[in-house]
Amino acid sequence: MITNKRHERVVSILLNAFFILLSAVFIIPILSVVFISFTSEASISQNGYPFFFREFNLNAFKYIFDNPKTIVDAYKVTILISFGGTFLYLLLATMAAYVISRPDFPYRKHITFFFFFTMLFNGGLVPTYILMSQTLHLKNTYAAMIIPLLVNVWYLIMLKTFMADIPNEIIESARIDGAGHGTIYLRFILPLSKPALATIGLLTLLDYWNSWQPAMLYIDEKEMYPLQYMLQVMLRNIMEILKEMQNNISLGGMENLPSESARMAMCLLAVGPMLFIFPFFQKYFTRGLTVGAVKG
Amino acid sequence: MLKQLSRQNAAGRKRKDRGQALGLFLMALPMMIVVTIFSYIPMGGLIVAFKDYSYSDGLLKSPFSDPFWKNFEFLFKSPDTFRIIRNTLGYNLAFIALTLVISVAIALMLNEIRSRKALKVYQTTMFFPYFLSWVVVSYIVYAFLNPRLGYLNAIAARTGGETLDWYNTPEAWIFIIIFLQIWKTVGMNVLMYYASLMSIDSSYYEAAAIEGATRLQMIRRITLPFLYPMMIILTILAVGKIMNSDFGLFYQVPMDSKTLYPTTDVLETYVYRALIQSGNIGMSSAAGFLKSVVGFILVLFTNKVVKKINPDYALY
Repeated sequence: MITNKRHERVVSILLNAFFILLSAVFIIPILSVVFISFTSEASISQNGYPFFFREFNLNAFKYIFDNPKTIVDAYKVTILISFGGTFLYLLLATMAAYVISRPDFPYRKHITFFFFFTMLFNGGLVPTYILMSQTLHLKNTYAAMIIPLLVNVWYLIMLKTFMADIPNEIIESARIDGAGHGTIYLRFILPLSKPALATIGLLTLLDYWNSWQPAMLYIDEKEMYPLQYMLQVMLRNIMEILKEMQNNISLGGMENLPSESARMAMCLLAVGPMLFIFPFFQKYFTRGLTVGAVKG
Repeated sequence: MLKQLSRQNAAGRKRKDRGQALGLFLMALPMMIVVTIFSYIPMGGLIVAFKDYSYSDGLLKSPFSDPFWKNFEFLFKSPDTFRIIRNTLGYNLAFIALTLVISVAIALMLNEIRSRKALKVYQTTMFFPYFLSWVVVSYIVYAFLNPRLGYLNAIAARTGGETLDWYNTPEAWIFIIIFLQIWKTVGMNVLMYYASLMSIDSSYYEAAAIEGATRLQMIRRITLPFLYPMMIILTILAVGKIMNSDFGLFYQVPMDSKTLYPTTDVLETYVYRALIQSGNIGMSSAAGFLKSVVGFILVLFTNKVVKKINPDYALY
């Protein structure tokens, strides 16, 4: 019995050691971005990227906020499409999910299949691109960045699975009291689905926040670049952006510009707001995770 | 009289039900319209693969190509095609196998951690990369691979190893891409597996302990079987998407570097480059058509296989 206990302790220590090492693999790469953005440019070009804080300074951030137009524009666009898109998606998806979750709705199966089929088969990039840019002329519109994520049927089905668990008696008794479907949806379904709304809302928000492909395909105007796309362009073309910023306010010689650290600082600023959402996400996520089968 | 009344009532209810159904239908309509326009119409648009598309004529007026498989003929004559299909399938198979083994192993080990606090910390850190976009990941990768300033070359220089021009070394990217995919998604997968372990009744373990089972035996006979449904579902979904790739991982992370195409070019990036960069809509649409149709067949096929093994695990 004693040897057994000791054996268990050894296993526990080994397991924890393993997980601590593993966590390091996930955290260190992210920390490196932090270290680089707080290090002076001279130190970077002399000694390479820092493994820890080295010659700590805030020049990179000062530099970005001295010429804030680029990043403020990008933040505006990202916030607009993220929150606007999430609101619109939740509105459309919860209404549709409510309908296909009602067992007494006669066309429930047909409409569910209508949505589900798009998960199995899709037109892909070329027809979608032609539709968006040539037929509907949505290039350089916010709609072009919102629409591609509106057709997410996966989350719709997660919502439906959740709503199907709401006891039918609640809806029946509301109907006997004379409530219409609009009232039931607003007064009962939405409040009762809060955990699912939180989970799907956060997932959608994250998807919008991180999306950059629609911008790459449909947006040419620099003022309409969302954060992620601005970062993408910047990584591939840092010098161009630096010149851009310099044209707004002259800052002297190019060699003094904190290009390496500013780039990473920009990256940190793009991730920033999502860090605040992260704890909420964890809280709701495991609860709202169950994805049921489509049948039934 | 009474009969008549009840009949009237029934008719009234029926009318009301029909009204209710219409009301419900109207609530689903906005989403249906969005899906019709932006999902169903592009499906019909796949016909572009059989046309000589010109921007001025538009999709409907562009003439059919002659012979109608002309775009596909070009595609299959292109020396790139074999490489693209090999990369797409090869990476996806590696992802499926490694994700399954690694996520299940980690979930099983997490299940043995007793401290709730430690558990939460490990889960959170593993889940974190899921929150980052591929653009942000490409910055992190760049910090490691930058040939002049990056960490990997700095470590190599200090330890006397070989420094590499990473963005021009295609062989290295086989490992880099597989590592990154696992790194970014494993936390999410572990979370899903771990969530399905939560439902195990502790009485199973108690009974096993009375019988004198060791910890390892319990893992093999109790914990692991509880993961089978999730393992099967996630694997079917992955097999169904075997023609798809994460565009960000294959395009943005290698920085669209031409020398890396031999190990980073996949269907997804090929379709994009042919469409946007070289304007070759014919090739692009033919490749896209293949991707959609083969992907569809694979989903149907895997679902059928699973249905035969155990209908409960089938997707539909």
